[in-house]
Amino acid sequence: MRAPDLIRFARDAATGNPLRASLLVLAMAIGVAAVVVLTALGDGARRYVVDEFSSLGTNLVIVLPGRSQTGGFNPGNAITNTPRDLTIDDAQALLRASSVQRVVPLAVGTSEISYGGKLREVMLAGTNAQFLEVRRLSLAQGRFLSEGDWRRGASEAVIGGKIRDELFGAQSALGQLIRVGDRRFRVVGVMSSTGQGLGMNTDELVIIPVSLAQAMFNSNTLFRIMVEAGSRESIDAAKTQVTEIIKLRHEGEEDVTVITQDAVLATFDKLLGTLTLAVAGIAAISLAVAGILVMNVMLVSVTQRTAEIGLLKALGATGATIRNAFLTEAAMLSLAGALVGYLLGQGAAALIRQLYPTFPAYPPDWAVIAGLSTALVTGIVFGVLPARQAARLDPVQSLAKR
Amino acid sequence: MGSALIELSAIERVFHLGDSEVHALRHLELAIDSGDYVAVMGPSGSGKSTLLNLLGLLDRPNAGTYHLEGRDVTTLSPEEQARVRSERIGFVFQSFHLVPRLTAAENIALPMTLAGIDPAQRAERVAQALADYGLSNRADHRPDQLSGGQRQRVAIARATIMQPAMILADEPTGNLDRATGEDVMRLLEELNSRGVTLIVVTHDTLLGARAHRQLLMEDGELRHDSAVLEKA
Ligand SMILES: Nc1ncnc2c1ncn2[C@@H]1O[C@H](COP(=O)(O)OP(=O)(O)OP(=O)(O)O)[C@@H](O)[C@H]1O
Ligand SMILES: [Mg+2]
Repeated sequence: MRAPDLIRFARDAATGNPLRASLLVLAMAIGVAAVVVLTALGDGARRYVVDEFSSLGTNLVIVLPGRSQTGGFNPGNAITNTPRDLTIDDAQALLRASSVQRVVPLAVGTSEISYGGKLREVMLAGTNAQFLEVRRLSLAQGRFLSEGDWRRGASEAVIGGKIRDELFGAQSALGQLIRVGDRRFRVVGVMSSTGQGLGMNTDELVIIPVSLAQAMFNSNTLFRIMVEAGSRESIDAAKTQVTEIIKLRHEGEEDVTVITQDAVLATFDKLLGTLTLAVAGIAAISLAVAGILVMNVMLVSVTQRTAEIGLLKALGATGATIRNAFLTEAAMLSLAGALVGYLLGQGAAALIRQLYPTFPAYPPDWAVIAGLSTALVTGIVFGVLPARQAARLDPVQSLAKR
Repeated sequence: MGSALIELSAIERVFHLGDSEVHALRHLELAIDSGDYVAVMGPSGSGKSTLLNLLGLLDRPNAGTYHLEGRDVTTLSPEEQARVRSERIGFVFQSFHLVPRLTAAENIALPMTLAGIDPAQRAERVAQALADYGLSNRADHRPDQLSGGQRQRVAIARATIMQPAMILADEPTGNLDRATGEDVMRLLEELNSRGVTLIVVTHDTLLGARAHRQLLMEDGELRHDSAVLEKA
């Protein structure tokens, strides 16, 4: 039998019993759709967390004052005993390390800000010009803080979008003078909105040069130092070098905590990746169930079509031809089910993305491929038994059946 | 008798039903010439269908040999037997045995489809067969849209589409009224007149009398052979 004839024959046989065919397609479709949707959710969660972390900047090494007891990621614990302050000089010294590309000192606190009689409390961040690039942020208007000596710094400020709206309304903020604490700053830029995320929300932030912030808070200490390594590979080297330099500067005492964003990220990535895999495995069980259904329905089909099988043999069909016809039918039904399931699953994932726009519910490619091929393979594997049964039927007895 | 199409010698066919044995065929010796027209008759359960199934390679004897066109076909593999069925043998059944989901044209084409003949040639031969059997305006009808006589005509067209050496018909008129059965027999006899060996199982003595040769089966044995009578 020629391949196109075989396919047409199998198709006609499958559609000859629409109820049976749609039942099988549905069973397969549910299995595949489950794989697609569940892995979309799992991988979406992984992607969400990874994206949020990456949005804080890449290749980051963060220096916190104080020695963390556990050595893990526990900033709350790190702040408790602070033997020595992190200073701007410490930050500047880190620039000497070969693996370090950029260094951003950060001092934070709250302050009052006013313009044109309007007054509000804001979060104040003192930093330098590199902050923008290291944190992967962007500006809506104007420019960021200018380069220059970290210990001096011009009286200029970059404000968040929400503050701009509240203080200036429809008026242009650029070039205006605002009062922060007891000093006057010129607004040089407005941050783009970042939305709600894991990172610091810049919508309600006022950013000024780090030295002016320290002066305003009347303290020499830094909240933290963000260090950007030259590449992903040099993160570990940067961490060691940073630790060494600070230790040297703090009279041989290792009184800071240095964490890499990569380590945290990798843990989450692995955890959520495993979760996705587990979920995919559970969904795949429904495919195995569908496979057993394929087998049973095909077995029933063989019994119902016994007379036809006997006839085909009388007309010169070999056992192989009959086996292939039934296998093709099982494969076609499985394939149809897999495709319907794929579309259903993608549709459901799209719906989830529509409902929760920040959640990247995309099924990973491997899951889609694995789901489709599992459906096809189970369909064929579970189709083998009925097909062989059909091929082995005795033609005389089959023909006697009505 | 070296030119015989069919030569059966010492054929035994035994069915086991629990403890009891049924001898459906006993030490059968039979030769049928190419182009002959043979009627197989006898009471129910005498082994007529068993004989026909054996001749059509749908069944194997427990003992004995079957030579078809000089070749021992009892020792062939199932695949080779399928090939012989495809190329040399056409079946016509009492209950037509058409595939219900296929149209008349597709049913007629089925043996060619199974044999892997290319679609163009198939279409040509089916069109010719439909015309020959007066079914041209029924080509796209499914079996349930056809009368009994039309169904059997489709079955005969299907049996002849591969141009077999012999047609085996097991009570081909059994489900038809007399007039329709008469039409069907005429079609089969016309095929025989063009050289196809025709072997028909029938209960109808009138129809059986029209054959060139009558075989009478009884209890698995060949009781009476008109060809032997003539020679005597
Ligand atoms: N598969 C089988 N298993 C057991 N016994 C069988 C089988 N096939 C046929 N027989 C027996 O063999 C004998 C011959 O059967 P067969 O079908 O050849 O008879 P028949 O002459 O065609 O009868 P009818 O005119 O009723 O069709 C019967 O006794 C039948 O019961
Ligand atoms: Mg019979």
